[in-house]
Amino acid sequence: MTAPTLAERFREDFPILDQTVHGKPLAYLDNAASTQHPVEVIEEISRYYRESHANVHRGLHALSSRATELYEHARQRVAAYLNSESSESIVFTRGTTEAINLVACAWGDRLKPDDGILLTEMEHHANLIPWQMAARRTGAKLHFLAVNGDEGQVDWTRLESVLEQQPIRILALTHISNSLGCINPVAEVCRIARKHGVTTLIDAAQSAGHMPLDVQAIGCDFLAFSGHKCCGPTGIGVLYGRKELLDQMPPYQTGGEMIVSVNFEGAEWKPAPHRFEAGTPHIAGAIGLGAALDYLDSVGRKEIQENDHYFGRQAAARLREIPELRLLGPAGERAGIVSFQLGKIHAHDVVAFADQQGIALRGGHHCNQPLIRKLGLIATARASFYFYNTETELDRLVRVLHSAIAYFG
Amino acid sequence: MDFDELYQEIILDHYKRPRNCGVLPPPATRGSGFNPACGDEVTVFVQQSPEGKIQSVSFQAQACAICTASTSLMTLQLKGITREEALALQRKFIDFLTKEGPGDGLGNLRALGGVRKFPQRLKCATLGWHALEAALNG
Repeated sequence: MTAPTLAERFREDFPILDQTVHGKPLAYLDNAASTQHPVEVIEEISRYYRESHANVHRGLHALSSRATELYEHARQRVAAYLNSESSESIVFTRGTTEAINLVACAWGDRLKPDDGILLTEMEHHANLIPWQMAARRTGAKLHFLAVNGDEGQVDWTRLESVLEQQPIRILALTHISNSLGCINPVAEVCRIARKHGVTTLIDAAQSAGHMPLDVQAIGCDFLAFSGHKCCGPTGIGVLYGRKELLDQMPPYQTGGEMIVSVNFEGAEWKPAPHRFEAGTPHIAGAIGLGAALDYLDSVGRKEIQENDHYFGRQAAARLREIPELRLLGPAGERAGIVSFQLGKIHAHDVVAFADQQGIALRGGHHCNQPLIRKLGLIATARASFYFYNTETELDRLVRVLHSAIAYFG
Repeated sequence: MDFDELYQEIILDHYKRPRNCGVLPPPATRGSGFNPACGDEVTVFVQQSPEGKIQSVSFQAQACAICTASTSLMTLQLKGITREEALALQRKFIDFLTKEGPGDGLGNLRALGGVRKFPQRLKCATLGWHALEAALNG
């Protein structure tokens, strides 16, 4: 297994990484929470504000049409990134959370009492609570595919029988688990769901910046991701939806920008995607996201994926050598995410200890509280890698965990 | 260094060997504190005498070092005092952490002063004290 060399080639594109924290070089291992920004993205956002900012779509002057062109170009960029047939399938949102809320409301309101919503037990709260609310509003019922043991695999062989026995209308699942690091077989799952006439939504928050994504190959009806987990800005995200589905859905929010005509009694909506973008959007965010996706394609998404899997495997193997450490997630292939309980040491203490050594980890339930509780844990510490992370940083992680055992043990 | 100020020797000692750990059966009253950010939970048990003095106190915690140590140190200062005195001690402790209060009479609890530089750990340091208040009111 040869170590990938992406960090050697691309790390210097990320100015934030070149700093010390508490007197130690920063090792940023909290990429599943948010990734950092290459100069290209920072410059693109800055250039937009310096040269081209105005409100989009409604102005007739030069700056407004330039801003509109850049914003709509970003939409086309996202469509190409996802291999969406049309940019009209791309709705800009605030992030994954808003994208899923949009579907759970605008699509979810067609649910009837006892219709089934199928989720897995590893869903992030963002792909759980919107569906709990949809169920509460409509009387639909939540169903869950169980996650078993510390490896956290879903038994996908049960999917067919659940779909046969329950009146499931929608299946919403994560592509890559943010707490377990496992990669779900979304294309196969969507194929089975489609056979049963079940609508599908993929939470791609942890995958969009980490691997090639093709919505046509996956065969999903909806897919959501956030800009800030793929080198883009915060406050911008994407909902991909099949155009005919989006056009059947009522607006999620209403206001300016999303109407064809309005009188005092009512309004007529624009078609998708503008129907779902009420108000002035995050123009700079969309443009910055477009630049981020360009950047990721210049690095190579296949290479990023291989790099992720390399660090996932290496980190899992090195962490398993620590006798006190309980590692969550699959034994085999995994994303670059390792979540663990270190002896009896609380995750907050592990994270505070690592921080003193310049290593940024995350500790908590990772917005996965039901699953973490089911595994008999309160909180875990998590390290998550991206292509700019180095072997040296992995070595430092392993060393700091040994030191933490000595300190708190 | 800030970190060793946060995790002082006495804090690590009370984290590794928490005092007054366990359950007190009724008629002792109990109160719980929960931190939704990390899932930490502390339950405090208080046995009060007919004269209104705290006779014994214990706690159970699934929590970080700061929270466990703060609660353990707290239990050592409660015996023989009244409910009102305990609540006054709670206010004094929280003021010490949040308003640079002088912390007179806090004794070993002053070791938690490092939390001032780590405001994100304030909830950890005060969780057991909120559980105490709930137990005194229960």
